[in-house]
Amino acid sequence: MLHVEKLTASIGDTPILKGLDLAVGAGEVHAIMGPNGSGKSTFAHALAGRDGYEIGGTVTLDGADLLEMEPEARAAAGVFMGFQYPVEIPGVNNMYFLRTAVNSVRRTLGEDEIGARDFLKVAEQAMELVEMKKDFLYRSVNAGFSGGEKKRNEILQMAVMQPRLAVLDETDSGLDIDALRVVAKGVNSLRGPERSMIVITHYQRLLDYIKPDFVHVLVEGKIVESGDHTLALHLEENGYAGFVNHDLDDAPLSGASA
Amino acid sequence: MSETMRGIEELTEASYEFGFSTDLDTDVAPPGLNEDTVRLISAKKDEPEWLLEWRLKAFAAWQEMEEPDWAKLNIAPIDYQAISYWAAPKQKPVLESMDDVDPDIREMFDKLGIPLHEQKMLSNVAVDAIVDSVSVTTTFKETLLEAGVIFCSFSEAVQDYPELIKEHLGSVVPVRDNFFAALNSAVFSDGSFCYIPKGVRCPMELSTYFRINSMNTGQFERTLIVAEDDSHVSYLEGCTAPQRDENQLHAAVVELVAKDRAEIKYSTVQNWYPGDENGIGGIYNFVTKRGRAHTDAKISWTQVETGSAITWKYPSVILQGDRSIGEFYSVALTSKHQQADTGTKMIHIGADTTSTVISKGISAAKGQNTYRGLVKMMRSAENARNYTQCDSLLLGKTSGAHTVPYIEVKNPTAQVEHEASTSTVGEDQLYYCRQRGMNEEDAMAMIVNGFCREVFNELPMEFAVEAQRLLSVSLEGSVG
Repeated sequence: MLHVEKLTASIGDTPILKGLDLAVGAGEVHAIMGPNGSGKSTFAHALAGRDGYEIGGTVTLDGADLLEMEPEARAAAGVFMGFQYPVEIPGVNNMYFLRTAVNSVRRTLGEDEIGARDFLKVAEQAMELVEMKKDFLYRSVNAGFSGGEKKRNEILQMAVMQPRLAVLDETDSGLDIDALRVVAKGVNSLRGPERSMIVITHYQRLLDYIKPDFVHVLVEGKIVESGDHTLALHLEENGYAGFVNHDLDDAPLSGASA
Repeated sequence: MSETMRGIEELTEASYEFGFSTDLDTDVAPPGLNEDTVRLISAKKDEPEWLLEWRLKAFAAWQEMEEPDWAKLNIAPIDYQAISYWAAPKQKPVLESMDDVDPDIREMFDKLGIPLHEQKMLSNVAVDAIVDSVSVTTTFKETLLEAGVIFCSFSEAVQDYPELIKEHLGSVVPVRDNFFAALNSAVFSDGSFCYIPKGVRCPMELSTYFRINSMNTGQFERTLIVAEDDSHVSYLEGCTAPQRDENQLHAAVVELVAKDRAEIKYSTVQNWYPGDENGIGGIYNFVTKRGRAHTDAKISWTQVETGSAITWKYPSVILQGDRSIGEFYSVALTSKHQQADTGTKMIHIGADTTSTVISKGISAAKGQNTYRGLVKMMRSAENARNYTQCDSLLLGKTSGAHTVPYIEVKNPTAQVEHEASTSTVGEDQLYYCRQRGMNEEDAMAMIVNGFCREVFNELPMEFAVEAQRLLSVSLEGSVG
């Protein structure tokens, strides 16, 4: 499914990813953990196609070269990113945004667009999944949402977009335990044999709810250790110290999490 | 053609001889503006003596006035003597089919989703559909007549309802008000008159009527709306369809009179030709719009301005009666080399009067957008309130946004609030939308439309939808 080889990313002269290798099979859930500034968010943005990075290496999804594609083409190819900081778009209602997103992808794929009424059904189902009230659909995208609402909105979007590959960037950050449970429930129900997920997180806590098939430790722009979910427990106890070879002060603090 | 070479007097004579309406297509006065031009226009329209006097007074005033230069506009000199002031009701050539219509305009029609029969009417294509719509128009006329609503061209009104015109013409915008208003008063060609009797709620949006009656009112348009006590009317001027016009200078005047407890909602969608990418051509739109609100009356202006090379326009409300309400909702978009200096004046005279101003300015490409607004609380305006919100959105590095609020408060109990913001469409917002599969232009259009939401919400439904599309179309090519 997803093959990442020798992926590098830098901002200006500052390298952030330094040759990252990762293979994600269909239906698998991979967790990526690592200390601040290790390049976790940069990895997510490199997959999604954010401007501003110098990118090297190769990334293919189902054999297609992702790095050649604009962000919207990647979305059409099935890449979905759950943002750590979902963006506010005042005046644009959530429902309209979602339907435009779905129909943009459908158009790109040469499929018929979905009408407002049919879409409402799809959206309502997805809303139940993340335990949202209906008025949520008619509020402006993320504007004035609480942290928990924003993250739930990301999962709602994922449920509606039905992506091939979901990259969830620190979806657990800023969530209280109830919101965490709702988000995790949503993610779990979207697991399936045709859908792969990369769950990026700082803490083991999320992985109590979303049990990954594989856990990778990202340090200074490289994956330094991979294992099953027990690796996360090990990290929880021992921290990242064992994986960090030299001083973390060298790691870029700005930009990496942007 | 040879007629244009003749003297004015001869022309005037000719019109008497051959009749007014049949001679339209050859009815062009030579360029130039003097007292005789004013007399000619008045004579052509068979106007009563008092109206001629009124025009002449305006002309005399105009001659002493100077073109205003306080706006943040770069205006190439206008030669008022090079304009023909009697060329207005020009007959458009009738086309065989939509294929004969300018492909650019056709493309825009499609993008705006304007129904085919309306496209044909707007482009003056001869087809059966026009026959249908003529009957529709008649139905509308009958409906209005039953309700006692008068809605007709200004020229007709002068003939049929001289007393109403005499009473109200110039009562809100006096002839000496400003340079362009004085010019309009002297030479206005035609326009609309609307009268809503006491207690009548106009049975339809006058927009509906307007859509069907594709107007060709010329460059010096005059509109007067009088709403008697307890009446209500919603009026939409213009339409989203692209409008080209050979006349570069447009100086219109709109006067609204809302008597006690009456409500007038006036919406404008202005999509005149903005000129090309190099700033060549385009309409100069210098408009004076003002309403007078009596006790407990409400006047609401909503405007979506995306066209014209230059827009100079300040729809205003004189809040004369106690508890009267004034509103101004505006979206002004400038792209290419367009310039807009627009805003409102809220003049609070009565006690407990309230006004709301929501202005959204969008500047793209080399567009320059200025909000200029006056809120004036007179000594008598006890407990008056104003809320002003002025948001500017900048797209690209070469566009400009400016905000020039004037606030004058002479009553200590009055409250004035002013909020202003300037933002750009964030890279983050675009990236977020693109990650969800939208291309950059669609994303931009969505974000900009969201920015304008509060104003679009004030438009009649069908126009809100078209206004959104219009904004998207106007923004095309301005991304990046």
